[in-house]
Amino acid sequence: MTISLKNLSAEEYFLGHKACGGCGGSLVVRWTLKVLGERSYVVMPAGCMSAVGFIYPQMALGVNAMISPFAATGAVLSGIAAAVRAKGLRDVHVVGFAGDGGTADIGLQSLSGAFDRKERIIYICYDNEAYMNTGIQRSGATPWGARTTTSPGGFRPSSPAPKKDLVRIAAAHGVPFAATASVGYPTDFLRKVEIAGSIDGPSFLHVYAPCPTGWACESDATIRLGKSVVDTGLWPLVEWRDGAARLNRDPEAFVPLADYLAMQGRFKTLRPEEISAMERVRDGAWKSLRAWVRESSAG
Amino acid sequence: MSELHFLSGNEAVAQGVRLSRPRVIAAYPITPQTIVVERLSEMVESRELAAEFVHVESEHSALALVMGSAAMGVRTFTATSSQGLMYMAECLHYTSGGRFPLVMMNANRSLALPWNIYGDQSDSLALLSSGWIQVYAETAQESLDMIIQAYAVAEDVRVRTPVLVNLDGFVLTHTYEPVIVPDQDTVDAFLPPPDFPPGYPGTFDLLRPQSLAVSAGPGDYAGFKYRQHRDMVAAAEPIRDVGGRFAEIFGRGSADLIEPYRCGDAELVMITLGSIAGTVRDVIDDLRADGLRVGLLRIRYLRPFPSEDLRRLLFGPLRRAAVAAIGILEKDISFGHQGGVALEVKAALYDQAEASAPAGLPPVRNFIAGLGGQDISRGQIIAMFDDLARAAGRDGDEPARSVRFVGLEASR
Ligand SMILES: Cc1ncc(C[n+]2csc(CCOP(=O)(O)OP(=O)(O)O)c2C)c(N)n1
Ligand code: SF4
Repeated sequence: MTISLKNLSAEEYFLGHKACGGCGGSLVVRWTLKVLGERSYVVMPAGCMSAVGFIYPQMALGVNAMISPFAATGAVLSGIAAAVRAKGLRDVHVVGFAGDGGTADIGLQSLSGAFDRKERIIYICYDNEAYMNTGIQRSGATPWGARTTTSPGGFRPSSPAPKKDLVRIAAAHGVPFAATASVGYPTDFLRKVEIAGSIDGPSFLHVYAPCPTGWACESDATIRLGKSVVDTGLWPLVEWRDGAARLNRDPEAFVPLADYLAMQGRFKTLRPEEISAMERVRDGAWKSLRAWVRESSAG
Repeated sequence: MSELHFLSGNEAVAQGVRLSRPRVIAAYPITPQTIVVERLSEMVESRELAAEFVHVESEHSALALVMGSAAMGVRTFTATSSQGLMYMAECLHYTSGGRFPLVMMNANRSLALPWNIYGDQSDSLALLSSGWIQVYAETAQESLDMIIQAYAVAEDVRVRTPVLVNLDGFVLTHTYEPVIVPDQDTVDAFLPPPDFPPGYPGTFDLLRPQSLAVSAGPGDYAGFKYRQHRDMVAAAEPIRDVGGRFAEIFGRGSADLIEPYRCGDAELVMITLGSIAGTVRDVIDDLRADGLRVGLLRIRYLRPFPSEDLRRLLFGPLRRAAVAAIGILEKDISFGHQGGVALEVKAALYDQAEASAPAGLPPVRNFIAGLGGQDISRGQIIAMFDDLARAAGRDGDEPARSVRFVGLEASR
């Protein structure tokens, strides 16, 4: 049966944690575990989700879980997966939840190793676009123009450019399943988690996860932002499965960026001509994305 | 039946690991450790050893990975050296704090810069405070035996502390000697099963989900750290038990954390660790033949540090002569101070000095030698004992350098 918001398990596996109101990352963890269920082993590196979920003696995870060293999510997942093989355990999920810094920067090496070895793991990057747990510093996934505490005037390396494309990095490793998702499109997200749970090998989800604290947005804007980012074309919903890429939404036209950006204090310093430049970068990224989809499915 | 084989230190370690039946092995290559993991991967491929061998992308990942496996309740192995041990540093403290009963072999090697692949003990000494039990082997036989014992110690529920088994790079890792390889049945009877029993503390449980490797605020944190320290100190007893039981079953080895040699009536005592002890013993035999009362204390365990054993061996009631001077020979330097082992020994001597050495502590000389694989010759060791004799002859009023670098001619 396909899982949707309607038939999602009422069981809670991430409860009593100390995440801020409106935290997108905590939704990602909560929803994922509702899909994967109690036979899950969870790994979270240093970062917001581990910081809010494992404060002794009050543990917020209802399944087996551990914090990994910041750089080592892929390695600790692999160690659990190796023991699962050694013990011949069946019907279990080995799942990691790491922030964007823990994934796109310091943890990329161990993630690459796990992909390369074709470990049977699910790796979920909840992307709040900065190092939040240490106080909103710029990470390798911070979008152009965003204000962080280490880019107080807005992050502007040379000209606007798209973010690191984690899904295509995963696809380049030949993983069986990699996809983007957004908390604004839960049905799409839950379906992808369900697929990830069925894959015999590594799967990777890159999930847009607003952070009201770090983005200076309203705490009830999380879902709205999660829809808006997709509708503006800044966050394409795409999946890579068995060697072919597919767009889950392929809009004819994009909603202008202005409204999306205006909802967040972090983009306050952007000038209109910079926003236009960002739209051109977005259009370029989509061109390349569509070409990828065409070429991979033609092959 | 046990068999006699001609093995290098590295190969002896691989045999010890095979006999201990780890379920998961992860390691990254670095000279002079590589042969251990090459042998193990051959054993796994040929099904001599039923383990998952995971080819990791770094040492940091290697240690993090076996921690994940240990959380699942299975025995693991990894090995490293030098730069690799440094690269793991974060995970060393992490795994000991999490009380994961891991075993790792370290081929003692110098640290860059300058780059140098040869043996010294700078690497493990730099991580003495990482919460790992540290043992130093002298021979290939002891290396094999210590791997097996390390699992028994680490997995003892009272201990639950990871163990680092150190072998001197090249001098021990690459030197061949006859080694008794025990038979599988005897090792199986000696060690607990490689799958930890259900409910073993610090492991996952599908029926009773666990959160491991957690965070703790200032009050709780201090409590966790105190217990870690307390249990490491108390690990000396299980270490002796395991060593004693091993000696009983396998007919060799020591239950002691410090191994004395002709020390009971020695006036000049050299303290050292690792493979150089063999050469020191030879020199002692020669000097004894000339009538000099010299002896050796070989420190086997640097953590937990055997302070009481040291004081007993140097000043205890069973001694037949007073110790007049102490030398500490080691292959590392804590820059800006002294050798790391000398710091340990001196701290232990000062503690309860009045009770243990009421006549006052004898002079102590620290010999720093063998850095970056430099040979330590018999002649140099004889000169060190000469030095100790002079120190013993002084009335304590004449100041002398207490730290000596040996064999610096090459760089002059
Ligand atoms: C090796 C290491 N370096 C730095 C840190 C400090 N640190 C802890 S959490 C964190 C930020 C995590 O950011 P991200 O991965 O994006 O997750 P988020 O906090 O945003 O959820 C940092 C830098 C650490 N714990 N370990
Ligand atoms: S700072 Fe952001 S990511 Fe961290 S818990 Fe709060 S809302 Fe979530």
